[in-house]
Amino acid sequence: MTAPTWPLWEVFVRARRGLSHVHVGSLHAPDAQMALRNARDLYTRRQEGVSLWVVASDDITASSPEERDSFFDPAADKVYRHPTFYEVPEDVEYL
Amino acid sequence: MYGNDFGHSDDAPLNAAETEDYASVLEEHMAYFDRLVQDDQRIEPRDAMPDAYRQTLIRQIAQHAHSEIIGMQPEGNWITRAPSLRRKAILMAKVQDEAGHGLYLYSAAETLGVDRSELLDKLHSGRQKYSSIFNYPTLTWADVGAIGWLVDGAAIMNQVPLCRCSYGPYARAMIRVCKEESFHQRQGFELLWTLSQGTDAQRAMLQDAADRWWWPALMMFGPPDSGEKAKEGHTAQSMAWGIKRFTNDDLRQRFVDMTVPQAIKLGITLPDPDLRWNEERGHWDFGEIDWDEFWRVLKGDGPCNAQRIATRVTAHEEGAWVREAAAAYADKQAARSAEGAVA
Amino acid sequence: MSTSADATHLDAAVAAPRHTPETDATTLHVRYLLSLGDDALVYAQRLGEWLTHAPQIEEDMALGNVGLDLLGQARSLLTRAGEVEGGGRDEDALAMLRDEREFRNVQLVEQPRGDFAVEMARMLWFASYQCELWSQLTSSADETLAGIAGKAVKEAVYHRDHATQWVLRLGDGTEVSRERMQAGLEAVHPYVAELGEDHEAARWAAEQGVGVLPSSLTDAVNAHVSAVLEQATLTMPDAPRWHARGGREGVHSEAMGYLLAEMQHIARSHPGATW
Repeated sequence: MTAPTWPLWEVFVRARRGLSHVHVGSLHAPDAQMALRNARDLYTRRQEGVSLWVVASDDITASSPEERDSFFDPAADKVYRHPTFYEVPEDVEYL
Repeated sequence: MYGNDFGHSDDAPLNAAETEDYASVLEEHMAYFDRLVQDDQRIEPRDAMPDAYRQTLIRQIAQHAHSEIIGMQPEGNWITRAPSLRRKAILMAKVQDEAGHGLYLYSAAETLGVDRSELLDKLHSGRQKYSSIFNYPTLTWADVGAIGWLVDGAAIMNQVPLCRCSYGPYARAMIRVCKEESFHQRQGFELLWTLSQGTDAQRAMLQDAADRWWWPALMMFGPPDSGEKAKEGHTAQSMAWGIKRFTNDDLRQRFVDMTVPQAIKLGITLPDPDLRWNEERGHWDFGEIDWDEFWRVLKGDGPCNAQRIATRVTAHEEGAWVREAAAAYADKQAARSAEGAVA
Repeated sequence: MSTSADATHLDAAVAAPRHTPETDATTLHVRYLLSLGDDALVYAQRLGEWLTHAPQIEEDMALGNVGLDLLGQARSLLTRAGEVEGGGRDEDALAMLRDEREFRNVQLVEQPRGDFAVEMARMLWFASYQCELWSQLTSSADETLAGIAGKAVKEAVYHRDHATQWVLRLGDGTEVSRERMQAGLEAVHPYVAELGEDHEAARWAAEQGVGVLPSSLTDAVNAHVSAVLEQATLTMPDAPRWHARGGREGVHSEAMGYLLAEMQHIARSHPGATW
């Protein structure tokens, strides 16, 4: 067997209850179980998290930078999606 | 170079504009890339970027990561001998942090399309460098303190500006590293401070360590790159790309200005007869650095070059059967669960 | 010390140690704490040697974490031993200034670092033992010890899991790794039984509700390790012809002297110095 390279895993940490998991970096591990343990040892040494996800990097599908115009620019003119777009009389509460 | 970049042995041209594919990439993507850099926005992994930018980053981040990994050795050398259990715990945590920092940085480098194993191969075969400071030996317990105080102090000086580096993953890794490293320099100074308040033998140990580590620490910032020297090396290009924010000379001067008062507090002398406060400049003047020694050690003529790499290579080779076993197990498990799914 | 008149007639070299009942209890209590603390300290010392030598950098991190956990346990336990002893010795006086015969750890933890398989075999046994030990000691009559146990049991569970994961992978990995893992198990086997041997201080501690009889933990420890080995396609080694004994009474193997020389030499070279 030629020396195999362990696959790359992306690590996501929930810093505390109420927050989403946030991407913090990657690591190498032979499988998901070890990836989770390595993530614990590498990314939560200082109580940085209460929950971890690991995802094989190969399994992530990402939008490509070439598509950024078609993906994201069309959202730029849809200001009506934001509450500040709407004018209401000043004395109306709870809106 | 612990956050600095020079002394690479690749044949890549120093000046990015000398390569042809740079010119073609330039045509297609440079406008967008330039605008991001100019606006102090971050470049992210899947963005198009000039190949020379990518190569410079890979080389610099890899050297930085290698420095963290090799840097575990001189301090790791003292874990089993730390004179108190508190110091032993601090030192273990610190050496372990360095492994962690190496991993954060390899992770950042891998976003540029290289694999960690390629980078490690280059380290093991001498094709990529690590900070030359780690080619010096740690001979006494005080050296552990001197590394924290001077070496980590110099490293932090280099690293803090890198938190604003134009390449997102590198900047984010550096923010993490800097946050964690804030204890490294402090523990070093505290260790030395304790020695300074101790017995004659402890004070002698402290002075001896400062004598041996002062000049190598100043060399960590890299060769002169301001004034006339600005045209050499690639400081100018790195600054234009927002990878580097200050010149080597700038950072070195700041380090001297910060450190000399601390040395006075420790009651030690620094081994430089030309060291004196310059009222006019508002800075400490310091003597000529022996750049011959720097280049000699960088090229292999240092007390520990061979030993550091040999230790690293041995660990890697002796671990090969373990890595193979884990990969084989993962394959078997995957096959088993596939079988289970079919059945 | 006894104040009886006839004591002065006895040759100090042949006299059995004579203590008042209270001193006896204190001494045994201290010895019990030291047996726990020295296990953790000496194993942390050996794990500290792994940093920069692990098979993958991620594993440097993991072994460092295990070592730091054990060092933390050792510091709390030695500090507590010093308090109970009441002679003003702190964790460092106990770690750095005791002679070999005063260390009460089992010989398993002092054995020189072997390959990664030997280390995982040692960690699997030791952490399995510590898991059972600490979960029992959370209800110790010594409240400080109970508090230490409450924290340590979580650590031991993680250490046992780490070793378990690796024994599975090495046992059921490649041919080479299976052989090496089996050899690792054989190498540590003569040192396993000592973990479950009852000794004077443990018997006293168990009677007082301070501690637990090591022999009472053995079945659970064996059950865990056996289950792991079976899953890993490995074989439990046969009972060894010789097995280590005496660590709890301060009788160690040759490796111990070197370990202490390295650990203690700076502290001992500078008597009275602060670090």
